[in-house]
Amino acid sequence: MDLFEYQGKQYFARYGIPVSPGGVADTVEEAVKVADSVGYPVVVKAQVQVGGRGKAGGIQLAADAGEVRRHAGDILGMDIRGHVVRRLWVERASDIAAEYYASFTLDRAARMHLGMVSAKGGVDIEEVAESDPAAIARLHIDPVEGLDPAGARRLVEEAGLDEKARSGAADILVELYRCFVEGDADLVEINPLILTPDGRVHALDAKVTLDDSAAFRHPEWDEFRGIAQLDPREALAREKGLQYVGLDGFVGIIANGAGLAMSTCDVVEQVGGKPANFLDIGGGANAEVMANALEVINTDEKVRSIFINIFGGITRGEEVAKGVVAALGRVDIKAPIVIRLDGTNAAEGRSILAKEAAGRIQSVPTMVEAARRATELAGGSAK
Amino acid sequence: MSIFVDENTKVVIQGLSPTGQGLYHGLRNRAYGTKVVAGTNPRRGGEEIEGIPVFASVAEAVKETGANASFITVPPQGAPGAIEEAAEAGIPFVVCITEFIPAQDEARTYSRLRRDFPRTRLLGPNCPGIISPGKCNVGITAGEIALAGGPVGLVSRSGTVFYQAIYELTQKGIGQTTGVGIGGDPVPGTGFIDCLSAFEADPETRAVLMIGEIGGSEEERAAEFIGKEMSKPVVAYIAGVTAPPGRKMGHAGAIISGSKGTARAKMDALEAAGAKVALNPTQAAEVMAEVVAAL
Repeated sequence: MDLFEYQGKQYFARYGIPVSPGGVADTVEEAVKVADSVGYPVVVKAQVQVGGRGKAGGIQLAADAGEVRRHAGDILGMDIRGHVVRRLWVERASDIAAEYYASFTLDRAARMHLGMVSAKGGVDIEEVAESDPAAIARLHIDPVEGLDPAGARRLVEEAGLDEKARSGAADILVELYRCFVEGDADLVEINPLILTPDGRVHALDAKVTLDDSAAFRHPEWDEFRGIAQLDPREALAREKGLQYVGLDGFVGIIANGAGLAMSTCDVVEQVGGKPANFLDIGGGANAEVMANALEVINTDEKVRSIFINIFGGITRGEEVAKGVVAALGRVDIKAPIVIRLDGTNAAEGRSILAKEAAGRIQSVPTMVEAARRATELAGGSAK
Repeated sequence: MSIFVDENTKVVIQGLSPTGQGLYHGLRNRAYGTKVVAGTNPRRGGEEIEGIPVFASVAEAVKETGANASFITVPPQGAPGAIEEAAEAGIPFVVCITEFIPAQDEARTYSRLRRDFPRTRLLGPNCPGIISPGKCNVGITAGEIALAGGPVGLVSRSGTVFYQAIYELTQKGIGQTTGVGIGGDPVPGTGFIDCLSAFEADPETRAVLMIGEIGGSEEERAAEFIGKEMSKPVVAYIAGVTAPPGRKMGHAGAIISGSKGTARAKMDALEAAGAKVALNPTQAAEVMAEVVAAL
């Protein structure tokens, strides 16, 4: 789960990481109220989960209530690369002497925690990584040992942070690491981490991705839910426990496993079709899950055909088939359905479909042929 | 030959109960010919389930049956403990298919294994398991899709594309020495390079099919290894060639950000290392057929 900046800052605050005083506002009046209470000048920041907010005009400095009113009015409702701004974060503006970068994440290849610090903050860090990789200090941390103050100190020194920022930055790194580990985050990132002219270091932005698998031990995450920006199809899918990403095409896709779902999108595109979505019904999906998936796809007006691509391992073919049959009885599926079913109990599944859904769906033996058939049924021309 | 498992592998199923996933898949593995010698369950020691003797602990199962591999299907809260129990009992090869283990728990468990139990290899978590056709199948792969006899070794990060790739090879009459599904979680116990190096050392494996996916940099590191250390031909496919940037496609740790981690970046790295890169699993099998024909 990706947090909004304001949620990330609230999460940081739990772990003692200093952030600017500020508050959330959903209306112009609320924005003025927050600004009055934290003191001027303030920064009015659009809360959207997409990069490039500043360039799009979603971050503005305001010297007084009149300016807050004007900027808040402009930014609320603004469309930033497809994300409509519904909420603002208003915080006390900071004087900036230097901007840094700090993050912790898991390095899958090294199977260790990876801390990264750079004196080149406030800009796109991936660009820095490309153009000046030496400007990013990296430290692999053994998860059993953790990060101690000495390690944090070495990291800020290696990154070449200004002398007077080092002690404050090292303290923040230790807390940020604790937030990453105890807070069960996949990623914690501060960009920029700033040094003020009077020598204080604090987080001016917050990017936090929480590990959904750890939700069972974090009841406090409940408050972060329900505000995420989802399109209606994604919201419905989430409600039903499905992994769904809306795309722009016309072939609805249902597959088991993220890899196969991506692979299915690849093949559809390669034969000349356009996937309308990515939908992973997960491992061990039963009839109910399959019926839910078809229901979600059915709400997408753009879908002109549906391609169900299942290779059973933990997922059993007969369950998939029962789900398709159940969905056909429960929902008025508009688009024609093509299915490719292989793996565990695939023969049983195919025979259930032949008996109970003949005429409604087409069973095709291979993935590529099925992609072609689905594309043709959608009115496209398959390669 | 095969890697990591063979006809002498004796499997203990951890957390065996009359209704669990472990029994369902364990029986399928046994029906395939895998030596399933024991189960463990602290509340059912001394019982027998479907002819499988149950012990209270892995240590006891090892002592009584000589088990040398374990299969873990228990829920996420219990899985890290189960992995460590197997390692403590001296099990050299642990397969854990459990999905949704918190990443931080995985990281700590992996680190404990690396520090205290270097002789134990963990496969997974959240992986389909391993199959050495005709000899041993530990995990959730439908055994009938595989074909014995080699010459191809297969390693995949994605589970279902793993099945797809095995199946495509089998359809073309190309056998597999071993198929390893390493899983898509943030901290895999066994990675691409572990498998590539084992395949390089295995005399029966003469070519390798590698299936990666978007996100992270493991495929790029594997490419480096292929370029420097592999003499055997490698065919690769990266799932997510057409995935839009900036979206997380499912739980699989498949996050694209910027240029790094994209399918394109991985494909370029693999091609530069001398691997043949295909655009989908079907094409990967076709390319492999050409490679095998030229061996």
